[in-house]
Amino acid sequence: MGTGRLYAAVAVRAFRRYATYRVATAAGVFTNTVFGLILAYTYIALWDEKPHLGGYDQAQALTYVWLAQGLHAAVAAMGGGFEDELIERIRTGDIAIDLYRPADLQAWWLATDVGRAAFQLVGRGVVPMAFGALVFELALPADPATWLAFLVAVALGVAVSFAIRYIVAMMTFWFLDGAGVQQLATLVGIFFSGMLLPLNIFPGALGELGRVLPWSALIQAPADVLLGERTGSGLLSTYAFQAAWAVGLLAVGRLVQLAATRRVVVQGG
Amino acid sequence: MDTELDAETDSASDREFIRLDRVEKVFDVRKKTGFLRSERHEVRAVDSISFTVPRGEMVGYIGPNGAGKSTTIKMLTGILTPSGGRLRVAGIDPSRERTRLARRIGVVFGQRTTLWWDLPLIDSYRLMHRMYRIPDARYRENLDRCVELLELGPLLDVPVRQLSLGQRMRGDIAAALLHDPEVLYLDEPTIGLDVISKVKVREFLRDLNAERSTTVLLTTHDLSDIEQLCRRVMVIDHGRLVYDGPLSGLHEIGAGERTLVVDLERELPPIDVDLARVVKVEGPRQWLAFPASDSAAPLVARIAAEYPLVDLSVREPDIEAVISRMYAEKATS
Ligand SMILES: Nc1ncnc2c1ncn2[C@@H]1O[C@H](COP(=O)(O)OP(=O)(O)OP(=O)(O)O)[C@@H](O)[C@H]1O
Ligand SMILES: [Mg+2]
Repeated sequence: MGTGRLYAAVAVRAFRRYATYRVATAAGVFTNTVFGLILAYTYIALWDEKPHLGGYDQAQALTYVWLAQGLHAAVAAMGGGFEDELIERIRTGDIAIDLYRPADLQAWWLATDVGRAAFQLVGRGVVPMAFGALVFELALPADPATWLAFLVAVALGVAVSFAIRYIVAMMTFWFLDGAGVQQLATLVGIFFSGMLLPLNIFPGALGELGRVLPWSALIQAPADVLLGERTGSGLLSTYAFQAAWAVGLLAVGRLVQLAATRRVVVQGG
Repeated sequence: MDTELDAETDSASDREFIRLDRVEKVFDVRKKTGFLRSERHEVRAVDSISFTVPRGEMVGYIGPNGAGKSTTIKMLTGILTPSGGRLRVAGIDPSRERTRLARRIGVVFGQRTTLWWDLPLIDSYRLMHRMYRIPDARYRENLDRCVELLELGPLLDVPVRQLSLGQRMRGDIAAALLHDPEVLYLDEPTIGLDVISKVKVREFLRDLNAERSTTVLLTTHDLSDIEQLCRRVMVIDHGRLVYDGPLSGLHEIGAGERTLVVDLERELPPIDVDLARVVKVEGPRQWLAFPASDSAAPLVARIAAEYPLVDLSVREPDIEAVISRMYAEKATS
C-alpha cells in the first residue's frame, strides 16, 4: 500500500511538471494541427482514389488522422519523455542515485511516464481532435462506453510504449552513446505504430507484420477501438494483444535492467 | 540461551558493522585505437582492501584523485558489485540486497544530488517520506531538526536548481538523514562549501554521530574535515589501503621531517647541502626537508654562507604534507 502511494506521488509530480511546459505544449499542439491538416488532405486524395482502403470509409480515415495526431504524444510514438532523462542519467552516472534508493527503478519510471502521458493525452490531444472535428466530418462515437473502451486501450498502449522505451534506454549501459539505438527505435515506432498511415492499408506480409508487432498497440489498436472496429470479443482480443506485449516487454526490460545493474558501470566519481 | 546467543552475535556484528575482506573492483576499460578497433585493459580501482568499522564510529577515508574512494563507497551502497572479495554492511551483502540495505543507509555524493532539480526542496523530502516509508511523526521530527540545524527554513520552497552549491549540499545531507540511517556515507560532502557552511556541516555531523551514534564513513580532500571529525583515518592509494589508524599516527609518520623554505635572490639550481635535501624548486624559492630532530640553525648558517639568501621560514609537518609525502613515496616505490 505504502509503495502505491509513492508511485502515485511520482506520477502526479510528472503530470504537474509537464503541465508547466506551456510553450512546448502549445508548440506541439500547433505542429500536430498543421501536420494533421496536411495528412487529412493527403488521406482525402487517397480515399477518393480508393474508397474503403484498409476497410475504413473516408470519415473513419479522417478520424484516424486526427486521432493519431492527438494521441501520438501521449503514447510517445516518436520516443522521448522519460527515456531521454533516463538515458542522460545513465550517461552521466546519476543513475547511481536512483539505484541506491529503496524504490523499484522500472516502476518509478513507469509512474513518471504515466503522469506524463495523462497530461499529454489532455494537453496535446484535445485541441487537435476538436479542431479536426470542427473542420472535417469525423466518425466519432456517440456512445460513452466506446470512449471508455478507447481510454483503456490508450492506457495499455502507454504501457507497451513505456516498456519498449525502457529497454531502449537500458541499452545505454552497454552503448554509452545510445543515440543510434534510440534513432532506430524512433523510426520503427513512427512507422509501425500507425502514426502516419493506418497499418490496415498495407497489403500482404508488411501489413501482417505491422499488426503483430508491439508498436501497433500504441495508435492502431486504440484507433480501431474508437472507430468501432473492435467490439465484444474483438475488443477483448485487442486488449489481450496489448496486455501480452506490455507484460512481455516489461519482463524483458526487467531482465535487461538486472543484467545492466549486475555489470553496471556507473560513470564518474 | 537463545537470547544470549543473539546478544553475542549482535555485539559481534556491531563491532564489524562494516566489514570488507579483500574486496576488489576491476574495471574493464576499452580504448579506441582505430576504426572498429579497440584495446581492452583493466583498471584496478580497488585492489584487495580489508577493514572493519564498528557501529557508531566516524572514519575518514582519504586518498588522492582516482585512489578508489568513490568506488569503495559505491560498493558499500550496493550499486557496484565487487569483482572479488567479501563485503558486508550490517550483515547484508549490499549488491545482493540493495533495496533492503537502502532503508538503513544514507548517502551523500557531493558531486551529485539526490534531490529533484525541478521541485521545491520540500517536495523532494515528501517523496523521501513516501519512498522510505518513514512514520509521519518521525519524519516531522527529523525534518524539523535538519531544517533548524542546517538552516534550511528559507530554502524549503525554492526549486533545487535555484539553490547555491552550499545550500544544495545542506539540502542533500538532510535528505540522507530523514529515514534515520544507521550508517552514513559521505563522499566529499564539503566540496565547494564556504568556511561558514563547512563549520555548520561539521558541527551537524559531529552531533549526529554523538547523539544517534550513526556510523559515518567520510571521504574528503579537505583534511580539516578529518582533523575535526574523525579519530580514525584510512588512507587509500591506487586502490590499496596504505594507512589505517589514528590521525595522530599519521602525524608521527610525517613528524620525521621539517621543511625549510628559502627565498634566494634569483633562480638557482637546487641547493646542495648535506644536512638537507631539496624537495621542491619554484623560481627563486626552494623547499628543503631535514630531520625534525635536528636544529635548523646550522643548516640556515650553511645556506646563508654559500647562497644569496633573501628570506626563510621553517615549516612543521602538517597533515597535508604528510599525506602528500605518503602518496609520493607510494608512487615512486
Ligand atoms: N566506470 C568506470 N569505468 C572505468 N574506470 C573507472 C570507472 N569508475 C572509476 N574508474 C577508475 O577507478 C579509479 C578509482 O576511481 P574513484 O572514482 O573511486 O576515485 P576517487 O578516489 O573517488 O577519486 P577522487 O578523489 O578524484 O574522487 C580511477 O582510476 C578511475 O579512473
Ligand atoms: Mg571520488
